[in-house]
Amino acid sequence: MSPAAEPFVGATSSTPVRHHILSVLVENKAGALSRIAGLFARRGFNIYSLAVAPAERHQRFSRVTIVVDAESAPLEQIVGQLEKLVNVVAISDLAPRNALERELLIATIQVNVNNRRTLLNDIESLGASIVDVDAFGLTVMLAGTPGACDELERRLDNYDEVEIHRTGRVALPRLGPRLVD
Amino acid sequence: MELTGAQALIKSLEQEGVETVFGLPGGAILPVYDPLIDSTIRHILVRHEQGAGHMAEGYALATGRAGVAIVTSGPGATNIVTPIANAHMDSTPLVVITGQVPTGSIGSDAFQECDITGITSGITKHNFLVKSAGELPRAIAAAFHLATTGRPGPVLVDVPKDVSQSKMEWWWPSSIEDLDLPGYHPEVELDEDAIAAAIALIETAQRPVLYVGGGTLKSRASKELLAFAERTNMPVVTTLMARGAFPDSHPQHLGMPGMHGFYTAVTAMQKSDLLISLGARFDDRVTGRLDGFALDAKVIHVDIDRAEFNKVRRADVALHGQVAAIISALDAGLEKTSHYEPWWRQLRDWQASYPLAYDEPVADGPLRPQAVVEAIAQRAEPGTIVAAGVGQHQMWAAQHWRYEEPGTWINSGGAGTMGFGVPAAIGAKVGRPDRTVWAIDGDGCFQMTAQELVTARSEGIPIKVAILNNAYLGMVRQWQEMFYDERYSEVYLSPDLPDYVKWAEAMGCVGLRATNLDEMKRVIDEANSINDVPVVIDFRTDATEKVFPMVPSGETNDAIMVHPSQRGGAS
Repeated sequence: MSPAAEPFVGATSSTPVRHHILSVLVENKAGALSRIAGLFARRGFNIYSLAVAPAERHQRFSRVTIVVDAESAPLEQIVGQLEKLVNVVAISDLAPRNALERELLIATIQVNVNNRRTLLNDIESLGASIVDVDAFGLTVMLAGTPGACDELERRLDNYDEVEIHRTGRVALPRLGPRLVD
Repeated sequence: MELTGAQALIKSLEQEGVETVFGLPGGAILPVYDPLIDSTIRHILVRHEQGAGHMAEGYALATGRAGVAIVTSGPGATNIVTPIANAHMDSTPLVVITGQVPTGSIGSDAFQECDITGITSGITKHNFLVKSAGELPRAIAAAFHLATTGRPGPVLVDVPKDVSQSKMEWWWPSSIEDLDLPGYHPEVELDEDAIAAAIALIETAQRPVLYVGGGTLKSRASKELLAFAERTNMPVVTTLMARGAFPDSHPQHLGMPGMHGFYTAVTAMQKSDLLISLGARFDDRVTGRLDGFALDAKVIHVDIDRAEFNKVRRADVALHGQVAAIISALDAGLEKTSHYEPWWRQLRDWQASYPLAYDEPVADGPLRPQAVVEAIAQRAEPGTIVAAGVGQHQMWAAQHWRYEEPGTWINSGGAGTMGFGVPAAIGAKVGRPDRTVWAIDGDGCFQMTAQELVTARSEGIPIKVAILNNAYLGMVRQWQEMFYDERYSEVYLSPDLPDYVKWAEAMGCVGLRATNLDEMKRVIDEANSINDVPVVIDFRTDATEKVFPMVPSGETNDAIMVHPSQRGGAS
């Protein structure tokens, strides 16, 4: 499934049952991302989330963090096919237990001044903070584990007018060797 | 030296040793066609871009070198998508150069614009959109490197018109590093532990089969295969993509496996206790229903593409690398060999009971298509190249011709592209002008790409085309007869509309026809005596002939159906 069509499956239904995190270093070339997305679509591999940004210190490369559904296809197949993309330079497969996963959630909640105390109680214990305020509502953010983001999203379900954006997760191995030096 | 992008592109092709390109010009590629006039490269002007692609494939399969095609943007590019997909399925090295609208117009729905790199990203090994003239040498060199190394495949280079018109200072990449492919590492180190594990499996096997796929040809491993097979006395099967990798005349060769494979080849795999897969990919046409395929067999899977391991069938030992190098390593490490005498007794028994069979020819026609293939083969000089389209005639050509060396069988395997035969034969003849090239075609296939015989005549490429004319889309007709209660839906074509002899003559070829056995022999001899122009023979064949053996779709290989004359006993 292409990320454009179904990007947030994992975000609304909590963490997929058997997911794996692929940290993929790709050349910063036109079409590189669409090659990855196209590969997942045509081979029937499911993506739960996908995050892309320039890789540290390497202007030539971007890092794509893909949370894959390891039940839609064997991980070996997914990695093997990804490796064949000429623009893919390195793939690191992070099992969830060995990975440090983080995600950013921002949400705007339309809430009148009288009800804000309840909202603050709901979000502060999760480590979320307020980044914008006006008379009609406020915007909060949480940079945390996917589980914490799921929990925040669940709590925000109690409010009527909420707009939530999540980035999809990024991950690094726990105190392991670096991907690229 | 200052060159235009177009000049640099042509010079890059010359640097790669390209002698022949197949193509058709148009607006966006116009600048590239100008320096072609001054080049040593031979350009073959096709009548349809699909023809250029299949010719380049035929050239590649006959020579082992990359085939090259040049077409324009938009419809020129989309017309060559089928050959690209075909080459991708069959791992054929191809470099396709497409014109593109000027960089400033990309994305504006300009005249003859299409996103060909987007369209072909899933059916090429890689593709490039070249953004400046200075990048052209690297893109072309990288395209050839990618197309021909590792698991070969098609690579497309999209060249906007302003890029080919602008100036650049000529340079040429002097090393692999210059190609700037940080994610591409085709060279593989042999895994000694895996080799040892494979040898342990081989040394305990009782019923091994060497399952030879197209990768054996791509890896040029025929010599190593022959030595290894003879030393171990193992039986050999060659898939549709590997015909010619091991001599058909060799007593250890059981023939082709698969849906229309030889009974003994199919059944040997099915009853084997060790399949040694050499550059094969457990295609569904070989395995039949997977949960009933070769249930007792352990698998040693040799492939240059790691993604093939465990994709279809779990490998007990996966050996990553070039087939040739791995066969040599197995040969070097193997100490104990066996003659597999009980296994061979069983195999010989099957061969005696179920040889290839077809109905007796009748003197006054209609012709048996299998007999036509055999008659052409008997009258062909050694080394003759055969190209086929897709369907019944392809299976008969794969079954009834004896392939003795690599590069003599050219067909569309994975994609099953009707119309492949005539242009592929033309490309093969261009690559191997010293060889006789026969296209064995069906009437349905012939009608798809026959116009390239105009190309063949005008460029002086004297191929021979045998149309097994049964007036039907024969393979579909066979399925409708066998599996759809003889309800024939949209498969009838007519034997004489078009008139193939007149059509051949209109295209500047010699047109011949045979309706009975005497005429069959006479026209084949006549075709063999003509070496200056293409020859087309309309063989009127029996429409009710079916390809046997056959494993019905969705069934296991145990359900193989032999020729009706052989039924009653086993099977």
